[in-house]
Amino acid sequence: MAGVLFGGNGRKDDLSYEGVRVVDPTEGIDETLDLTIEAGVITKIEPGSGANGRVVAPAFVDPHVHLRTPGREDEEDIASGTKAAAAGGYCAILAMPNTEPAVDSAAVLGALVERAKEEAEIPVGFLAAISKGQEGAELTEMVDLAERGAAGFTDDGRPVASPGLLRRALQYHVVTGRRIAVHCEEAALSRGGHVHEGLVSAELGFGGYPSVAESVMVGRDLMLAAYENQPIHLLHLSARESVDELRSARSAGVQASGEVTPHHLCLTDDAVRSLDPNVKMNPPLRAEEDRQTLLEALKDGTIEAIATDHAPHARHEKDVPFEEAPFGVTGLETAFSVLYTRLVEPGSLSLAALIDRMSAGPARIYGLERPRIAVGAPANLVVLDLDRTWRVEESGFKSRSPNSWLLGQTLKGKVVETVANGKLAHSA
Amino acid sequence: MAEVTPLIRDELLPPRGPERRHLISITDLTKDDVERLLALARTFAASLEREVKKLPALKGRTVVNVFYESSTRTSSSFELAAKRLSADVMSIKASGSAVDKGESLKDTALTIGAYDPDIVVLRHPHIGAPLVVANATTAHVVNAGDGTHQHPTQALLDLYTIDEDLGGIAGLHVAIVGDVLHSRVARSDIQALVLMGARVTVVGPPPLIPRGIEAMGCEVSYDIETIKDADVVYVLRMQRERMLEGANYVPSLREYTARWGVTPGRLRPGQKVMHPGPMNRGVEIDPVVADAADALIERQVRSGLVVRMAVLYDLLTHGPVEVKVAEIEEVA
Repeated sequence: MAGVLFGGNGRKDDLSYEGVRVVDPTEGIDETLDLTIEAGVITKIEPGSGANGRVVAPAFVDPHVHLRTPGREDEEDIASGTKAAAAGGYCAILAMPNTEPAVDSAAVLGALVERAKEEAEIPVGFLAAISKGQEGAELTEMVDLAERGAAGFTDDGRPVASPGLLRRALQYHVVTGRRIAVHCEEAALSRGGHVHEGLVSAELGFGGYPSVAESVMVGRDLMLAAYENQPIHLLHLSARESVDELRSARSAGVQASGEVTPHHLCLTDDAVRSLDPNVKMNPPLRAEEDRQTLLEALKDGTIEAIATDHAPHARHEKDVPFEEAPFGVTGLETAFSVLYTRLVEPGSLSLAALIDRMSAGPARIYGLERPRIAVGAPANLVVLDLDRTWRVEESGFKSRSPNSWLLGQTLKGKVVETVANGKLAHSA
Repeated sequence: MAEVTPLIRDELLPPRGPERRHLISITDLTKDDVERLLALARTFAASLEREVKKLPALKGRTVVNVFYESSTRTSSSFELAAKRLSADVMSIKASGSAVDKGESLKDTALTIGAYDPDIVVLRHPHIGAPLVVANATTAHVVNAGDGTHQHPTQALLDLYTIDEDLGGIAGLHVAIVGDVLHSRVARSDIQALVLMGARVTVVGPPPLIPRGIEAMGCEVSYDIETIKDADVVYVLRMQRERMLEGANYVPSLREYTARWGVTPGRLRPGQKVMHPGPMNRGVEIDPVVADAADALIERQVRSGLVVRMAVLYDLLTHGPVEVKVAEIEEVA
């Protein structure tokens, strides 16, 4: 499917890598090779020798980014967000439509597309809203939006409260062919909740946001997708019960996909004891049992994609008591490194699986061209130094917002180069 | 000089601030810390028996009380505690201050911090507020209640009251009754009582008992008859102001009172009754119970003064100190 990624074009570079370990799980490659790229296209792949310690892999695709544009360019804009993405090893990202105004008309989308062509460091796609103003009442003009280049549809940030409205959106998928993605949250159960309802919320006194607030909506949305026989994508899954629902729907033949964030794979609600507003996000960090279930689902492919849910917030908005702070953390620039450090190094996840879920998995869900290491393919690749350790510092961020849960931490494995659509977009 | 026992566990220090001592949660304290504070409070209580009640212990020190929520007991007792110890005291209420003009807590803290206070006492409606002040100033921060999280000096004064009246805490059975979900007092008291070796049972309707609270070391009962087994019945205020509209925690106050109200008929003779105040007489507590001889409610208020003197003194003198307040020269 062409026409849903914009910007990041222009220069096509000539590059070569000698004696690199190439890992492309879909192509079945894990060996030392020499690569030649001419005018942005991979032209030669030859046996190499004398491995230089670097890994070349298909570049990453982030299916869930908040670029805060239009409306909150003080927090992020297309230029800063795509530079941050390039620094994180991404060759394509998809932006969410919960902006001010929401991306709910061809006019708003068209303006974004034009800006992306001017400013984006790497290709970016835009999901459009399911409902006007994301208010859950009136359907957007989905066919027009798809024609103008919407990469998919979602009311992310909010659930689609009305099953009737979601059903209509799924029916229009027949015409648009663009994936419907849902933020699963039953507001009547999550209202007043700041953190996962569990032992930590009981002890600290927080209003609880129970797992069932997510899973009850996951169940409903999967039933609607099954009934309409249309695909559906479940955003940022956090709860064990949601994974169970997704797994059984998939085995029953429902075209359902899911994504999980680095923070839900690495942290539990125990982190909330710090009362640091940078561990406050929606859905919230849950229990260790949930984290283990998410990791298992990621490994067995029930969850196909890792999504950062990169959610920049202005410094002063997070510099408040935990209970007053908005939900959301950044993630584009740390996703690979933290997952490599916390999951691959200790042996909980293979490097090949991590690369697949950060690249081919999300591309498949949204029907994007899969980044691949193959002769004749456009160069979309990332160069990784798995031995390099680095400290996460605010001053190193390309993102405009500093709300990372990893500030001050030392990570192993670093993205040293990103080639996106034939252009060297990042080099560290 | 005895070795200094920090009042706060390392991992609970504010994430990026310099190391210093605060009292934000009961979990900041060890059993030794609590015993030291209670002993110190007893010493101060003795000093208050005298004609001249003021001690020069914190002369030249500055204590700022910042209250974002209404309070009678806590704010007045912190103020008087600081004055009894000869500290300079400033009390700021959110209403009528720059907070009304939209100033953030961080900016208010920076403003207060410019006066180099030794201690900031903070009452705030939101969990985590003391950390914002701790990060923005160099003062020791005392949490005087942050939302539904913690109210550590209330728990300490409750321990002091029980200890004075019953001659010990370990081995006692304390029933905490009512709106546990919204109660920072309940959470602080459960932790403090369990720390000191008491048995704690929380009692109330299921929606007002947080799921998983047993992990704090208490038992749970939904039957008001359970309180008959307790040595102390601790009655919580129904916090209607913290309840979300339409959340249906209780179908009606009438039914709540009928099922879970603490009435004379539900107590056995000799059981001690406590309440953190302010009371909703006729809702969670029957007025006869509130005014009975076995009620320790007024004693709790008296304890508040000496316990808060102990906390302020301890934070600024980096206890534990074998303090002999009786030997300290009285202010003329």
